[in-house]
Amino acid sequence: MLSPTILIPAILNGLLTGAVYALVALGLTLIYGVLHIINFAHGALLSAALFATFFGYHAFGLDPYLAIFLLAPAFFALGYGLQRFVIGPASHGEDRNMLLVTLAIAVILENALLYVFRADTRTINLPYAFETIDFGFTFLAVPRVIGFGVVFVVALLLWLIMSWTDIGKAIRAVAKEKLGAELVGIDVAHVYAVTFGLGTACVAIAACLLIPTYYLNPQVGNAFVLIAFTIVVLGGMGSVPGALIGGLVIGVVESLSGLILGESLGQIGIFLIFIAVLLVRPSGLFGARA
Amino acid sequence: MTEPLLAVEGVSKRFGGLLAVNAASLSAPVGRITALIGPNGAGKTTLFAIISGFLKPSAGSIRYNGEEITGEPPHRLARRGIARTFQIVQPFAGLSVRDNILVGAHLRRRARAAALAAAEQVGREVGLGDMLDRPADTLTVAGRKRLELARALATEPKLLLLDEVLAGLNPSEIRDLVPVIRGLCARGITIMMIEHVMQAVMSLSEHVFVLAEGRIIAEGPPAMVAADAAVIEAYLGHGAAAKLGAVHGR
Amino acid sequence: MKGIIPIAAVIGVLAAVPLVVQSNATLNFLVVTLLIALAGQGWNILGGYGGQYSFGHAAFFGTGAYASAILQVRYGVNAWIGFAAGIAAGATVGAIIGGLTFRSGLRGSYFALVTLAFAEVLRIVASVAPVTGAGVGTLIKLDLGAQAFQFQSRVVFYWVILTLVAVSLLIARLLERSRFGVWLIAVRENEDAAMALGVNATMVKFGAMVLSAAITAAAGCFYAQYFLFIDAGIAYGTWISIDALLTPIIGGVGTVFGPLLGALVVKSLGEGAKLVAGDAPGLDLVVYGIVLVLVIWFAPRGLIGAVVDARKWLLRRASRSVRETGHD
Repeated sequence: MLSPTILIPAILNGLLTGAVYALVALGLTLIYGVLHIINFAHGALLSAALFATFFGYHAFGLDPYLAIFLLAPAFFALGYGLQRFVIGPASHGEDRNMLLVTLAIAVILENALLYVFRADTRTINLPYAFETIDFGFTFLAVPRVIGFGVVFVVALLLWLIMSWTDIGKAIRAVAKEKLGAELVGIDVAHVYAVTFGLGTACVAIAACLLIPTYYLNPQVGNAFVLIAFTIVVLGGMGSVPGALIGGLVIGVVESLSGLILGESLGQIGIFLIFIAVLLVRPSGLFGARA
Repeated sequence: MTEPLLAVEGVSKRFGGLLAVNAASLSAPVGRITALIGPNGAGKTTLFAIISGFLKPSAGSIRYNGEEITGEPPHRLARRGIARTFQIVQPFAGLSVRDNILVGAHLRRRARAAALAAAEQVGREVGLGDMLDRPADTLTVAGRKRLELARALATEPKLLLLDEVLAGLNPSEIRDLVPVIRGLCARGITIMMIEHVMQAVMSLSEHVFVLAEGRIIAEGPPAMVAADAAVIEAYLGHGAAAKLGAVHGR
Repeated sequence: MKGIIPIAAVIGVLAAVPLVVQSNATLNFLVVTLLIALAGQGWNILGGYGGQYSFGHAAFFGTGAYASAILQVRYGVNAWIGFAAGIAAGATVGAIIGGLTFRSGLRGSYFALVTLAFAEVLRIVASVAPVTGAGVGTLIKLDLGAQAFQFQSRVVFYWVILTLVAVSLLIARLLERSRFGVWLIAVRENEDAAMALGVNATMVKFGAMVLSAAITAAAGCFYAQYFLFIDAGIAYGTWISIDALLTPIIGGVGTVFGPLLGALVVKSLGEGAKLVAGDAPGLDLVVYGIVLVLVIWFAPRGLIGAVVDARKWLLRRASRSVRETGHD
């Protein structure tokens, strides 16, 4: 059937792509784990980050990997501001309203991008985007390998922040017991905003990693975010290891099913897994039972 | 002796590693008031949740009116005539008092006019007659407790499970509500109540079960249970019974 | 029944509009507004009265549109029968999605997610399946005449959609006064408390979903007849999922007239945006998004809710000042 020379690269590439999916999912699961809402604006934020990277490259020649150092803090600030000054106050604390407000932000961002940039698909042409590294049994694209590495650095950084910094401890406290955290004097609104900012920063970094090998248009963020939702649901809402492992798994599944079923039906496969997991085990593989 | 209306036999509930209820058995005789008391965290509300269908027991059985009802969902139990109030009151906040009670009244009456009439009547019975049009979230704690009661009553229950219905009320509010509860019993409704307000337990109930750390540790008439050493220790700690005995010169 | 009078009055006024207004552009605007109002009333049944927020109502709109279009185009079925079949098809999809999701106990965010996913799956399937014409879409042949549910005059279309909207208003009103409606609202307010009072929450939500799907599917069927062309992005696109939830939320969730009012506001804003900034795609949705945030922030019960609250506030102030001044 499918020989190892086709399968192994497919699996490896799936892992590499999956790592970037995992990063997007990481941001989503972080936000869910602490704020207990599903951030429907996640995809639009990814699209915005992609466009920002694209703009940075074309207007200033800014290499996407360097752009990480600029865009990650910028998008952190954006996420912080959105949660602190828009989502938080507008929702009056009700989950239902938070759903709608994040949806509204998604609609605003996506369509603002559509209005400004039109719907055309664009790509970046990096000189080294097509270089490959020879691993002996297969060749892997340089950007993908870099991406894989960066994701794990980011995951490590997040873990360090959560374990060793005061704000990280505050975030974990709020995630576990919001009322208790408030009672000991933690500024929950600030913690929520920081978490949202971190999640958005993850998305910005993911955008920088994606742009060398991917195309962009205002809808792309949505496609990614539905994959991210699937990963988060599969790995367990709020579980960081779940997001990472789930991302790698989904990356491989997508790669293999794309191989077998073709492009568009591969997408359906992911959705069907998504629906199936939600119906059968919404807490996912690693999540706490709801 | 006739069979009790409610018979809970050997019910246990496990949450992962925690055994919240441990082989508890109790019963509620028809037309009487039975109390379930115990220190905080004993598992009383968990037991109520199991009896009212919100949780499935890990072991044991529950019989109501002679039939097995273990594991049936809450709405089915309500139709059988088991109603419960919640420890943390849960009014339909956006609706008026009347519309709140209406939800319960509709269980036995399909037509709106009949259900509205029944709702009004029940509202008056519990003393909310002149607040029927107010939004439920403008009621005081005492008012909300009466609303919980009214909603449950509107379903015309045979067995009423009251979960700390007197909690959070001041002494005069308690004094006002106790006769209402007694009146329900006089009407033939069997009542099982979880309570911490001891004066109400003493004056209202005829039989008391004591739950501590998930296990029934004593049962009997209120006065006897109050003097039981194991019960005192459960509330006040190890050795308390002896100390109290020494203080009172027994 | 007392609730009928306001409905009759509003419908009466709206029915008279074409006698005064002749412009085709305005009539078209009104037809589309009423179409969105109908789709929104569907969402309102499940989301407004039931409190279950679906982000994928396109699933029902698109199924209604495609079912009636495909039956006409590929199987030569009469347009009116196709219309009814489209509603039935939409209701069936509602039953399937509702059956799966409510039995699993999905609520809140998860429910919104799953409905979004279902709509997306249908969109992808429709964009590749041969029966829907795949990427090219489905074109209904122009065949002017009542028997084909196509009319020369836009005014007739207007009255048809107005009739459908009138029916949906009556359904909402009947729901409010029925036991099912009381139960549905109770489930929205507090599902556990409702269950303790004998409400079979799962069945109630399921019923609301089927009714909701049928109404939104009717809007889809009408779309197909009016525009005579649909494709996957039109039928199952996020635009209609958003319009369907936007109109009741802005107008007033859980009210009879909310979606209609919301549709008027939303469409007027859209036209206004176009006048100011030109016809580029995306701008109207940006405006809608901003309005949605503003409404949730400052008037979470929609325009009708804000009016009701204002009245209550004024009444309370009046009664307080009467008490303070001590005379009548």
